Amino acid sequence: MQPGRANRFSTLSKAVAALRTRLHGHAKVLRPNDSLTDNTDRVGYLMVLPYILHIAVFLGYPLAFAFVLIFHRWNIYTPMKWVGLGNIRLLLSDPLVWRALGNTLYFLLIHIPLQLVIALGLAQLLNQKIRGRAFFRASYFLPFVISGVVVTILWQQLYAVETGIINVLLQLVGLPKIGWLTDRRFAMPAIAIMATWKNVGLYIVLFLVGLQAIPSHLYEAAELDGASGWQQFRLITIPMLNPTIMLVLVLSTIGGFSLFIEPYVMTGGGPANSTLSGILYLYKQAFFFSKMGYATTIGFFWATIIFIVVLFQRRFVETEAM
Amino acid sequence: MRRFLLYAILIIGAIIFLYPFLWMLAATFKPEIEIAGFSIIPRQITLESYRLVFRKIPITRGFINSLFVAMVVTASVIVFGSMVGYALSRLRFRGREMIFTLALVTMMIPAQLTLIPLYTMMVKFGWVNSYLALIVPAMMSSYAVLLFRQFFLSIPQSLIEAARLDGCSDWRILFTIVYPLSKPAIMTVAVLTFMGVWNDVLWPLMVIRDPKLMTMPLMVTLFAVGGQAEARLGVQLAAAMLLALPVIVAYIFLQRYLIESIASSGMKG
Repeated sequence: MQPGRANRFSTLSKAVAALRTRLHGHAKVLRPNDSLTDNTDRVGYLMVLPYILHIAVFLGYPLAFAFVLIFHRWNIYTPMKWVGLGNIRLLLSDPLVWRALGNTLYFLLIHIPLQLVIALGLAQLLNQKIRGRAFFRASYFLPFVISGVVVTILWQQLYAVETGIINVLLQLVGLPKIGWLTDRRFAMPAIAIMATWKNVGLYIVLFLVGLQAIPSHLYEAAELDGASGWQQFRLITIPMLNPTIMLVLVLSTIGGFSLFIEPYVMTGGGPANSTLSGILYLYKQAFFFSKMGYATTIGFFWATIIFIVVLFQRRFVETEAM
Repeated sequence: MRRFLLYAILIIGAIIFLYPFLWMLAATFKPEIEIAGFSIIPRQITLESYRLVFRKIPITRGFINSLFVAMVVTASVIVFGSMVGYALSRLRFRGREMIFTLALVTMMIPAQLTLIPLYTMMVKFGWVNSYLALIVPAMMSSYAVLLFRQFFLSIPQSLIEAARLDGCSDWRILFTIVYPLSKPAIMTVAVLTFMGVWNDVLWPLMVIRDPKLMTMPLMVTLFAVGGQAEARLGVQLAAAMLLALPVIVAYIFLQRYLIESIASSGMKG
């Protein structure tokens, strides 16, 4: 796994945009060295060589091999067996694949709105003249830098049915206790809430950056025109934050489709497959059943969905702001 | 009144994010029967949980493994990434634009697609159960390349030309002139890479089975899942605490820098 893979995706939408302009030739291509003579800098080849080789071996080859594996059955140790579209047919009729997709969408349905509302709300509050902003920002951000394993082990205790703090709190206010990780209706929401708690700090900081970039004269003008606070928020803040909202959407979506360690540690995908995620299923197919071809097919399917969802979000959110 | 409400919400927020960690810290020092409960001050301090963790798993070894892997990968990503970034922003050669496009394209390939083929490759190379599988595939990052390229474009060309007139090679220009000017970019790449490697579990889980070679998060994960903790909460939490501790300590000192690196990397451009 390449480092900072999650972060790599944070520039995904930017990369798409840059690529688009390059392909259509809208942007002036930067030629920073134009003042020099036309001599080729041979050392340039030497500098990019390790990178090119690395990409070829550890990205290009696996990528090509993925398309071989999709059409084969293989357990690594015996020869591959050609199955044609067998894996794809299996995938399309595999209820657990669709279950994992449904679970992921359920996760996103809870996670994304929660994430957006809390992050934007707290960022708005932090963006005012307050004391101790650095402290608040740092405490909201802390869970984001902590390993997901730690957060998962910790929340497993918080969610414990009898002794967990969350259920104790619920009972204090007169509500019944909930089988957070044992009841199939609540297991996925439980993971979504935990994921929100873990990641919201990042989005608070991103929204803060976005809010600070909005020119204050826009609000001043709106004030003069008699716009209410809510109108200013709806007509200035939200449209101006559109790129940030887009980024948060893309990052949360990719995060949702990458769920692994949370169900792996907390529930093992249960109860009754209610927290089975795509990556967990892929992992099980590869390492419990040694089905490399089928696992790759699941990976391909998953990658395609991520790609489509992200492109779709991009288009949708952009036109919304027009 | 409005300000009171504002601070009330902010403080409740801080409690929601900090309290679980404080509770966890306390729980690792409490005797097992005392763990259930809100208190963040143990009535009776015991080191039993930590003693058990150290007895059951080679967690010190895990820490050293993680540190070693993360440091080698981070250094490599910085050195090789900056070389490519320099070539793409400051040198002229045929195919340069193609390589830039390549870096953009590779960023868009979802990791799920190559996960299994990459694993089978490790098996074929005989790299399963070795540091090589943890380090080599992660040694370069297109993300770092793009970040360095972007940053290097802002360095004045006159500086580089002056160095060239003095007979400096491009290698020396990069490492002795450009590096000192690029601390923010280097720190950002370092923080993101180190954190990514340090916290990753899925890949180590796939390629490492030998406890002596396991990274710390992998060890703690298997400890929590595998039942070695004998369902004792304090012991699981103590293992998790040990994993979190280096990050928390680093965070306390580098907090401002860390947040800004991560925020800027998300929003650049």
